[in-house]
Amino acid sequence: MFSGASNFVEGVDTAFAFIFGVSAFFIIAITAFMIYTVIRFKRSKVKNPKQFRGSVTLELIWTIIPTILVLMMFYYGYMGFAPMRNVPDDVMEVEAIGRMWEWEFVYENGKSSKDLVIPVNRPVKLNLKAEDVNHSLFIPAFRVKEDVVPGYDNYMWFTPYYIGDYEILCTEYCGMLHSAMTADAKVLDSAEFEQWYADLSQQKEEEKPEGFEITKSNGCFACHSRDGSKLVGPSFKGLYGSENVVITDGEERTITADEDYLKTSIINPNQDVVKGYNPGLMQSYEGVISDEDIDKIVEYLKTEK
Amino acid sequence: MESTQATNHVSYLQHKPHKIGILNWILSTDHKRIGLLYLYSIMVFFIVAAFLGLLMRIEKFAPGETIMDAQTYNGVFTVHGIIMIFIIVIPGLAAVFGNFFLPILIGAKDVAFPKLNLFSWYIYIAGAILALISQFASGGAPDTGWTFYVPYSADSSTNVIWALTAAFILGFSSILTGLNFIVTIHRLRAPGMSWFRMPLFPWSIYATSWIQVLATPIVGITLLMVIAERTLNIGFFDPALGGDPILFQHLFWIYSHPAVYIMILPAMGVVTEIFPTFSQKPIFGYSAIALSSVAIAAVGYFVWGHHMFTTGISYWSRWFFSFLTFIVAVPSAIKVFNWISTMYGGSIDLKPPLLWAIGFIFLFMIGGLTGLVLGALATNVHVHDTTFVVAHFHYIIFGGMGFAFFAGLHYWFPKMFGKMYNIKLANISFIITFIGFNVLYFPLFIIGLQGMPRRYFDYFPEYQYGHVISTIGAFILIIGIFIMLFNFFRGARKGEIAPANPWKGVTLDWQIESPPTLLNFDEIPVITEKPYTFKKEEEA
Ligand code: HEC
Ligand SMILES: [Cu+2]
Ligand SMILES: [Cu+2]
Repeated sequence: MFSGASNFVEGVDTAFAFIFGVSAFFIIAITAFMIYTVIRFKRSKVKNPKQFRGSVTLELIWTIIPTILVLMMFYYGYMGFAPMRNVPDDVMEVEAIGRMWEWEFVYENGKSSKDLVIPVNRPVKLNLKAEDVNHSLFIPAFRVKEDVVPGYDNYMWFTPYYIGDYEILCTEYCGMLHSAMTADAKVLDSAEFEQWYADLSQQKEEEKPEGFEITKSNGCFACHSRDGSKLVGPSFKGLYGSENVVITDGEERTITADEDYLKTSIINPNQDVVKGYNPGLMQSYEGVISDEDIDKIVEYLKTEK
Repeated sequence: MESTQATNHVSYLQHKPHKIGILNWILSTDHKRIGLLYLYSIMVFFIVAAFLGLLMRIEKFAPGETIMDAQTYNGVFTVHGIIMIFIIVIPGLAAVFGNFFLPILIGAKDVAFPKLNLFSWYIYIAGAILALISQFASGGAPDTGWTFYVPYSADSSTNVIWALTAAFILGFSSILTGLNFIVTIHRLRAPGMSWFRMPLFPWSIYATSWIQVLATPIVGITLLMVIAERTLNIGFFDPALGGDPILFQHLFWIYSHPAVYIMILPAMGVVTEIFPTFSQKPIFGYSAIALSSVAIAAVGYFVWGHHMFTTGISYWSRWFFSFLTFIVAVPSAIKVFNWISTMYGGSIDLKPPLLWAIGFIFLFMIGGLTGLVLGALATNVHVHDTTFVVAHFHYIIFGGMGFAFFAGLHYWFPKMFGKMYNIKLANISFIITFIGFNVLYFPLFIIGLQGMPRRYFDYFPEYQYGHVISTIGAFILIIGIFIMLFNFFRGARKGEIAPANPWKGVTLDWQIESPPTLLNFDEIPVITEKPYTFKKEEEA
C-alpha cells in the first residue's frame, strides 16, 4: 500500500495507518457522543435523572473490543518491526561511529566519510559504535533508528530504494551540539558508488603525530577548530606560544600558552577561562585521558601553527 | 447547611494558635493547611517552569540561535523538566487534593501521621530549593535532560550533582506521603465505610500511594549511584569506568514509567468525583473504575522497556514490553467509557469543573491513543525521541494531569476557601487554555512524524512552520492560565461567600461546612450506603 525510500517504509506506515485510523475513529465518535450527551441531558431538560449504576454487559463489551483492537495494533507493530532485526546475508557492512558531535562512516576497505554513501537497492548493515556518550542514528525517510551506546554492539540494516540525499539525525541527547550532529545518507547508483568506493585518494592524510589521533578520538575537535575559526572553544591554530587573556578566580591576566598552561587547560579547564568563553563547557579530562596521552596531545598542539 | 450557620464554628483558616501569621502555616499539622502549603509551593514552581517552557518555545521560533545559545537552551529544558516532573507533577494532585480531601472523603479528622505529613512538606521544600540552586550555582545549569542518562550525566561539568541530590530528596517526600496515605486509608475510614463504599478519589490515591512506596526507592538508589560514579569514580554505568549505560536506563524507567501513573491516577480520581456530581447520577461502573486503578498500578510495573525499544535490547524483550504496553492501555479505556456513561442520562450542569473534566477526557484520549503509536514496535522506532513523544506526554501529563488539577481546583475551590470564583471568567479561561494547549502541542505530533527530534536547539527549515504555530500556541496558553489564576486570586479575596454545597454533591466533602472546621466533622459520620447515592429532588 505504501512505498518509500527503504524496504521498511511499507510495514511501518501500514502500522501507522491502522493505529491512526482506529484512534481517529474513537476520538471523533467519543467526542461527538460527549457533546450529544451534554446537550441532550442538560439540567434544564432533565430534572430527575435515572439512578442506574452500571451494566456488566457494557463493561464486558468495552473491555473486549478495545483488547482486540490493541492486540491488532500490537500485531501490525510487530510485523513492521520484525524484519528490522533480521539481517540478510548479502549485506554491505559499514561501521557507523558516533562521537560528540559528528558521525563517521568507515567502510570495509578503510575508506572513511562524514556522510553515509551507499548504493541503491543493496542491503546495508550499519554496525553502531559510540566513542563517548549515547547517540542514536535516525534516518526518518528510511524509518530506521537505533541507539549508539558505548560498550554495546548495536546494529541496523535497510535497503535504500531510490537515489537521492536523505537526512541523518542524532536522536539521543548527547550534550551541547546534539542538534548539530547531522549527516547525509547519499544513495548513488551502483556504478557511481563503486567509483566513489574505489577512490581512496582523499584518505591518504598527511603524517599526523600520535597526539592528533588521541585528540580526535576524544572529540576535542567538536569544540576546537584547526583552521582558526571559533567554535565552542578557541581554535587550536597558533595556540602554542601565543599570548592570551584568561580569567582566573574572576581576575583577568595575560598568560603565554606554554606546555604547563596547555596541560592545566586540559586537566582543569575551569581554572583559567579564556576571555570571551564560558566556563563549565569543557569538562575536565583528568582520569579520562592518561597523563601520557595528555603529554602527547600537548606535543601535537605544538604542531598546529 | 448554609454557611451563615457556621458562625458558631471556627473554620480551619480562622484557627490560628500562633501569634505570628506564618507560623500558623509552617507549624500546622492540619492536613488541609498542608494541602494548601503544597498548592502554593506548586503554583510558584509551576509559574517558573512554565516560563522556562515559554523561553524554549521562543527560542524555537526560528532555526539557529534566536534568544539563547545551545548550552543555555539545554539547561533550560533540563530544569524545566526537573521542576515539572519532580516538583510539580509527581507530588501534584496527591499532595494537594490527597492531603486536603482524602481524610474528609473517608470521614477522618486528619491523616494517620500528621507530623510526618508536615515533615514531608519540609523535605519537599528542601529538595525543591536544591533544584533551584542547581540552576543558578556556579557550574552552570544541569544540561542532561531530566532523564540524567549516563554516560553524559557522568561527564557533564555542570551542576548535575545538585540536581540529582534534589531529585533524591524529593523522592523521600513522595515515599513518606504515600506511606501516610496508605495507613490513613487502612485505619481511618469512618465506621461503615467498607472498601467498596469508599469514594473513588481515595481509591485512586490508594493505588498511587503503593506505587510511590514501592517504586521511588529504585530511582533514589539509582541517582545515588550516579552521584557515587561522579564523585568516587565507581563504574556503575559509565563504560569509561567499566560500567553499563543500559543498566541505568532500565533502573531509571523501572521507576519513571510507574511514575507516570503516580501522576495520572489521582487525576483520574478527581474527574471521577466530578462526573457524578454534575450529572446528579451515581458513577457508572464503580468497581470497574476502582479495580482498573489497581490493575494499572500493578501492570504498570512491567512495561518500562517501551522507553528503550531502540537501545538494542533483545528482540524478545522488545516483543514482550510492547505486548504488555498494549494490555495496560485497556483499563484506561474502560475508565473513559465509564465516565461518559455516568453523564449519559444524567441531569447535566455544564459548570467550569465539568468543562475542565470533559476537556481532560478529550486531551487524555489523544495522549493515550498516541501512546499506542509509541507502544507498537514498528511505529515506535520511527517516532521515538522525536517531538511526537514530547507532544504525547504533554497531552497525558498537562492535558491529563494538569487539566484534572484545574478541574479539581474549580470543583473544590468553594470548599477550600469558602468563597466562589467568577463562573463566566472561569469558562473564558478554560476556552483560551484549551485552544492554546492544542495549538501548542498538536503541531509537535506532525513535525515529529516528519522526523523532528526532541531536545534540539536547532532544526532544519522544513520544520519551522510547526515550531512557529506551536510557539503561538504557547502564548495563548499562558494567557488562559493567567486569567484562571487571576480568577482564583480574586475569588479567594473578594469572591461571593460560597454555600456549603454549591454543586449538590453527595460525598462527605459536601456535607460539612465551607471552609471545613479544624477537625472537619463535629461527629464522625456513620456510612450506611454506597457512595454517589443521589436522592430525588422532592426527597432532598
Ligand atoms: C564541550 C566543548 C569542548 C570540548 C569537547 C573540549 N573543549 Fe577545550 N575548551 C572549550 C572551551 C569553551 C574553552 C575555553 C574556556 C576555558 O578556557 O575553559 C576551552 C579551552 C581549551 C584550551 C585552552 C585554549 C586557550 O586558548 O587558552 C585548551 C588547550 C583546550 N581547551 C584543549 C582541549 C582538548 C585537548 C580537548 C579534548 C581532550 C578539549 N579541549 C575538548 C570547550 C571544549
Ligand atoms: Cu545527539
Ligand atoms: Cu512508560
